[in-house]
Amino acid sequence: MRVLIDLTRCQGYGQCAFLAPDLFTMHGNEAVLYDPDPDDSQRENILRAAAACPVQAMHVDRMIVQHRHTPGPDSQGAAAFKRDGRIVIVGASLAGARAASVLRREGFTGSLTVIGDEAHAPYDRPPLSKRVLTGGVPAEHTTLPRLKKQIEGEWLLGAPASGLDLARKVVRLADGREVPFDKVLIATGTRARPWPHADQAALEGVHLLRSMEDSDALRQALARRPNRVLVIGGGFTGSEVASVCRELDLPVTVIERGSAPLSGALGGVIGKIAADLQRENGVDLRCGVSVTELQGDADGRLRGAVLSDGATVEAEVAVVALGAIRNVEWLHDSGLAASMWGVACDAGCRAVDVNGLVTDDVFVAGDIARFPHPAFGYQFMSLEHWGNALNQAEIAAHNMVSDQARRWPHLSMPVFWSTQFGVNIKSVGVPTFADQVMIAQGSPAERRFVAVYGYQGRITAAVMFDHGIWLDFYQRLIERAAPFPVDFRHADQAANDKPVAAQTPERIMPAAGATVVVTGHDPAERRVSFMRISP
Amino acid sequence: MAPQSVFKQIIDPDSRADPYQFYSELREMPVRREDDGTYVVSTYREIVDLLHDPRISSDRRNLARPAPGEDEADVMPSLSFIGLDSPEHDRLRRLTMRHFGPPHTPGRVTGLIPEMKRIVTELIDGIADRDRIDVVDDIAYPLPVGVICRILGVPHEDEPRFRVWAEAIVETLGPGEVDRAAREKRRVETGLQLSEYLKGLVDARRSTPNDDLLTGLVTYEGPDGRMTPEEIVRTAGLLLIAGHETTVNLITNGMLTLLRNPEMLERLRAEPDMIIKTVEELLRFDPPVHFLSSRVALADIEIGGVTIPAGSPIVLALAAGSRDPAHTPNPDDFDPDRPYNEHLGFGGGVHYCFGAPLARLEAQFAIGQLVARLRNPRLLSDPPPYRPSSTLRGPRHLMIAYDGVLPAAPSW
Ligand SMILES: Cc1cc2nc3c(=O)[nH]c(=O)nc-3n(C[C@H](O)[C@H](O)[C@H](O)COP(=O)(O)OP(=O)(O)OC[C@H]3O[C@@H](n4cnc5c(N)ncnc54)[C@H](O)[C@@H]3O)c2cc1C
Ligand code: HEM
Ligand code: SF4
Repeated sequence: MRVLIDLTRCQGYGQCAFLAPDLFTMHGNEAVLYDPDPDDSQRENILRAAAACPVQAMHVDRMIVQHRHTPGPDSQGAAAFKRDGRIVIVGASLAGARAASVLRREGFTGSLTVIGDEAHAPYDRPPLSKRVLTGGVPAEHTTLPRLKKQIEGEWLLGAPASGLDLARKVVRLADGREVPFDKVLIATGTRARPWPHADQAALEGVHLLRSMEDSDALRQALARRPNRVLVIGGGFTGSEVASVCRELDLPVTVIERGSAPLSGALGGVIGKIAADLQRENGVDLRCGVSVTELQGDADGRLRGAVLSDGATVEAEVAVVALGAIRNVEWLHDSGLAASMWGVACDAGCRAVDVNGLVTDDVFVAGDIARFPHPAFGYQFMSLEHWGNALNQAEIAAHNMVSDQARRWPHLSMPVFWSTQFGVNIKSVGVPTFADQVMIAQGSPAERRFVAVYGYQGRITAAVMFDHGIWLDFYQRLIERAAPFPVDFRHADQAANDKPVAAQTPERIMPAAGATVVVTGHDPAERRVSFMRISP
Repeated sequence: MAPQSVFKQIIDPDSRADPYQFYSELREMPVRREDDGTYVVSTYREIVDLLHDPRISSDRRNLARPAPGEDEADVMPSLSFIGLDSPEHDRLRRLTMRHFGPPHTPGRVTGLIPEMKRIVTELIDGIADRDRIDVVDDIAYPLPVGVICRILGVPHEDEPRFRVWAEAIVETLGPGEVDRAAREKRRVETGLQLSEYLKGLVDARRSTPNDDLLTGLVTYEGPDGRMTPEEIVRTAGLLLIAGHETTVNLITNGMLTLLRNPEMLERLRAEPDMIIKTVEELLRFDPPVHFLSSRVALADIEIGGVTIPAGSPIVLALAAGSRDPAHTPNPDDFDPDRPYNEHLGFGGGVHYCFGAPLARLEAQFAIGQLVARLRNPRLLSDPPPYRPSSTLRGPRHLMIAYDGVLPAAPSW
């Protein structure tokens, strides 16, 4: 069987863990862990767990799609396209697979080709930095659930795309083939940013973490119980790896260039709490320094690292967790507005070209997309969120086969989760888009709280540690641009709820670990600058 | 005279057999103010929003004006965490959960499955030589009391007493029913008797601990501190009361609905797994809890085009929300195949039903086995007589006839 929990929706009610305790375990109070490929003998328990989930966050054997209403019948043109149009999806991961299934659900019976450079069937990445590393879940169990009707289409896996020719309407493959389309969806996501020095990166023991193979290799390395693990970069991925190391009782050193782990994503104030959490759990955390060199022994095995403050760290394993790079290179001569922040598109997921013109037949979804958001002054937003890949792919797929009047806008608020050191962290809105932050609920000392972020007197984000059940409330406040600071009477009021400077980074850089950033109004933005333009 | 408000019509005992006929009218105004200043919220989106809104309290002490017959001293002893807000609520709930479910005691509920099945089999074996029963008295009542007593560690012989206490307390819950003050008084008296009894049990566990939940509450001390003896008594009382009438109603409403939909009865016999989704649909379609009437606004709250002033009592009409057509298509159809069934049967937010996993299994087993084993079951009166409560709504009796009882399947 295949099981997938939409952890963006999950509110930690634990009903699944009650009814199928062998399959779902609560890690701390709110984080649910599970094996996505359980044995068929557990069928009854799984059905019970899935039915009981109060927010219906569980997909069993197929990916369910929420009911949405679209008025009126298709026009003749749309009906004809649905019947025998040609659609190509480039990128066969979460967004690509989701779009393929939604297209079929929408009644698209034409030809569908999915092009992916990885050799695997689409799989789920979040477990790769969590349970797969502890050995709790085999890497190959992360394959996404089969979609309702086995998605019929041509799956060209292990076949990288090398170009997009909009004039001839073909996708070029690296092996020289060309795949023609009427409409194309770009869903090529991101890859891990490598260590900048190739010779050092090639040392045995130096790891990246993005794919199933990466995760499995790192798991094996950790299972050999290295003398120490060096994590380069204290963003979400780095912090999750550090958490796994501590769970495995391995010594681990985290090097973070900023003032605190997660500070690139959540600012220095909440970063400080994350730092305390790491140190409490036995992580050797060093902030405000960077790794300048990785050193190997005569056999080309990693021995240790030199830091910018001159210190050295001995370690047999290093994990390079310096953020992501968007897979846009294959589009360089396509004429689309593709930059280091992704491919610009409109709220209907249609790609924008370098001149700011919206294309008709090219759509974008997932980590690769850069789209304008009304709650943030219609600035372009770039994010690396599981939930967004799912939503945006659904909307893109629907719009690809729908008339103008029946299209859906992609307006959903960014939501992200991470599990580390037994704490479930959830974020809604854009925490880097803030000048102040306050603890609104709970207690940072107990690691259970809600932090609310404000920008120029409006609420722009909220971050929860083991308090995810309140997320929807803060999401509504962000949607309404409610005034900051929070000054109404409410339950669970924090002892100290004074707003303080958020200590968000002045310049947002792709390597700083933010999973969602707001990147200005220019669709062809190519500079590494952060536009904190007021709405 | 002004026409009676639709909410008053719903809570009128004459409407008990079919309150659903009024719910679409109720939803026409998602948030409506009653003459006494109570705000009734009836649409799905608005109810879910308020269940997750920290400006909503479950602590009646936050009312601007206490309701008639209700004052602090009366209400407190029977409440425990269901009537408290975060963080105090969360602390007590965690301390209790520690001995009941994940993350610390994940297998407790599933560990009880054999025992639950045994009780169900025994109850149905016990009616094999009859041709008619009252589903309420003969099946639905004994099961939840038996199960919760096993969990807490209440001796078997004391179960009948619980039934009397639970009934007396439950009868008095609910918005604006007649003679509320008198019932309130009875509830307090019964509550005291129950507390006395539980105190005795708690003392016994202190001297001779074993592995039941009560012992856990008495002996555990951790990062959240420990429960005071008074808190333990209130919590044990809450577990007994909260899971009692509710589960009875779910089983009874379930049998009633299935007997009114014979084609579903057939399908369940052919596909026993369907019981899982059937119970979810029952929790949506004919739920045991129709209203949460304990909520209070802590601040002025804008919702559904209305501002609810701080200090106002709020009623969340869960049963109306679960049938909101804006949330789920064809809401008045009983459809166990309904995809994506997100209902309000167990509430939501931090007060989400503590005993939901237990209740689900009990209902799946009881209803599933009655369907599998009774030959040709049929209703003897439709609609059945109902209890007075509009909040915890369910039949007082449900008389059915049948032509014999099949033996329990060996695999079960
Ligand atoms: C280790 C890890 C942990 C994560 N944890 C979380 C988490 O806890 N919470 C959360 O919200 N998100 C998390 N994420 C992020 C989440 O997984 C991504 O948001 C999601 O995978 C995005 O899906 P996507 O389909 O847009 O892109 P991707 O998953 O990046 O998929 C893009 C696919 O396109 C392929 N491709 C690229 N270029 C080409 C080409 N030229 N031709 C053909 N194919 C190509 C890629 O190989 C890849 O298969 C995590 C990610 C990782 C790596
Ligand atoms: C079908 C059966 C049941 C139904 C429909 C039901 C319904 C509910 C609902 C709607 C609430 C929310 C109350 C609120 O928000 O104020 C609740 C809370 C609660 N229920 Fe249940 N319940 C059932 C069975 C049980 C059982 C078997 C138990 C006991 C083990 C139980 C224990 C509780 C407790 C302790 C609470 C309070 C939770 C809190 O405040 O955090 N319930 N229930
Ligand atoms: S919300 Fe659903 S998936 Fe998440 S813990 Fe609860 S039951 Fe499990």
